[in-house]
Amino acid sequence: MAEPVRVGPDGPENDDRAGDDIGIVTPQEYTFGSVGKGVRLDSGKDFGPVTVRYETYGELNEDRSNVILVVHAFSGDAHVAGLHTPEDRHRGWWDAMVGPGKAFDTRKYFILCSNVLGGCQGTTGPGSINPETGAPYALTFPVITIHDMVEVQRILLDYLGIERVMAVVGGSMGGMQALDWAVSYPDRVQAAIVLASTARLTAQGIAFNAVGRNAITSDVLWNNGEYYGKEPPARGLSIARMVGHITYLSDESMGLKFGRKLRERAQYGFDFNDQFEVESYLEYQGGKFVDRFDANSYIYLSKAMDYYDLGERYGGLDAAFARCDSKFLVVSFTSDWLYPSYQSKEMVFSLMRNGKDVSYIELNCPFGHDSFLLETDRQTGILASFLETVYGRG
Amino acid sequence: MDAADRQHFRYEDIVDLVEPESRVLDLGCGDGELLDKLIRDKKVRGRGVEIEEEMIRACVSKGLSVFQGNLDEGLKDYGTASYDYVILNQTLQVVHNPVLLMREMLRVGRRVIVSFPNFAYWRNRLQLLFLGRMPVTGTLPYEWYNTPNIHLCTRRDFLTLCRELGAPVRQEISVKRSKPIGGPVRNLRATEVCFVLEGQTGARLDEYRHNLL
Repeated sequence: MAEPVRVGPDGPENDDRAGDDIGIVTPQEYTFGSVGKGVRLDSGKDFGPVTVRYETYGELNEDRSNVILVVHAFSGDAHVAGLHTPEDRHRGWWDAMVGPGKAFDTRKYFILCSNVLGGCQGTTGPGSINPETGAPYALTFPVITIHDMVEVQRILLDYLGIERVMAVVGGSMGGMQALDWAVSYPDRVQAAIVLASTARLTAQGIAFNAVGRNAITSDVLWNNGEYYGKEPPARGLSIARMVGHITYLSDESMGLKFGRKLRERAQYGFDFNDQFEVESYLEYQGGKFVDRFDANSYIYLSKAMDYYDLGERYGGLDAAFARCDSKFLVVSFTSDWLYPSYQSKEMVFSLMRNGKDVSYIELNCPFGHDSFLLETDRQTGILASFLETVYGRG
Repeated sequence: MDAADRQHFRYEDIVDLVEPESRVLDLGCGDGELLDKLIRDKKVRGRGVEIEEEMIRACVSKGLSVFQGNLDEGLKDYGTASYDYVILNQTLQVVHNPVLLMREMLRVGRRVIVSFPNFAYWRNRLQLLFLGRMPVTGTLPYEWYNTPNIHLCTRRDFLTLCRELGAPVRQEISVKRSKPIGGPVRNLRATEVCFVLEGQTGARLDEYRHNLL
């Protein structure tokens, strides 16, 4: 959900991970459709044109049977691994998992990831120019759903000539898309890996998203979404991000990393300049986020997550999963209170009732919801083993 | 279950008990060896439940469907008569509430296969009688303070429980080490025993289906 945050004494250091990596990657773009034509949205509207930014890693094999579609989480992007330029300071968001010899082994698999519809990192979203007006869409951008994101990915796969993926994998909002893929296109998904995710967001999850949206819309600079070319609602967006970050961590991980430590003082000064470590961390994360994320995208994507209910379209989760033909791997994390394990188990039991091939593991891990980005070693073991049993058996 | 246990009970014996192409739930499936064998030899539709992360990974690498779960929480999410066989291989003695689990297995499975070490094996008796110490044998290789076996029972104890639960025994294999044995003194001679029980719904379902035909 977040970019990897180093939490805990032995937090993985993805950015500086030496050795095997995939080097420089160049993002690519595909544009389809025209005004009023392109992708049929859940809302009933036909929307276009749409530009999709995507990245690929590894080589597509001859029979195109080694494709792994990675679907990113809320604030992620198409840049999964490697660097964009030799001077780039930041590796992709899942660099520890994607590369030669890693869980998603680029020596064997062809990995594809695109920025989601409604995003702000290369794919058409509320900050993109509306060709009809010549101005950014802002709130005239259509309300989108998780399934709409999947539709855009499906159109990209069609364009690339990929009929079937050996695996679709995603964590959090990415997991929602992976599930939607398996249900919407059973014959195009050989396996689905769903990490720290759910078939529908809890009331608690919706509540936190609502606070985030309220923080943004309460910022006068938000101006009903019309802030492009002007000063953006940075304060609102950064508070939204701070709230988000709290939900991605856990009591334990915050205790480990920050405890009650003060930032620049050893003792309380009994003034409001005192800052606890955790406060300055949240400020930092909030501030950093503003530089790379669009406030309106935050509103659209969080709403898409709120709307998400996998079973609704089909009259219940069991009926939805009855359609599936994929092999599933579901992973949850003990300390994840935003996407709690019981929700993963609900999905797994529904798949089991349908007689589907599903494995479930609950990793004991202290890093909260962010565990799926941080706990790479144990996930690598499980995911690599799972992919091995899928590879070449399409 | 570790390797030391395994050499004393042959999976083949359990595999033989299972009808081809049936639905199997293996509770405490370990690294999935039995399940894998059942799928290969009997083409069953199998699923495992296991608590250890390393074992889950071993199952996943075999391509098995496995669920990380704690048997002490029961089987409430498993439908009645949703499996043809529920197997509890060498695990009964480590669960906290064996009776609850037995009841649940008899509800979920049309047949239930349970195997466990027979505490009444004569060497166990002799060790206790003459040495005055808790038995340590090939099938029970632990000291009293590090054993995971918290609910050991004898073959006869188990049969008593089956009667109390109203679960008829359909088949039995008693083994000494890995060799099947028979005869009246099995309670004394068997190191391990394995029973096939009639699930609570099994007989009734069969009758129901028969009537439909």
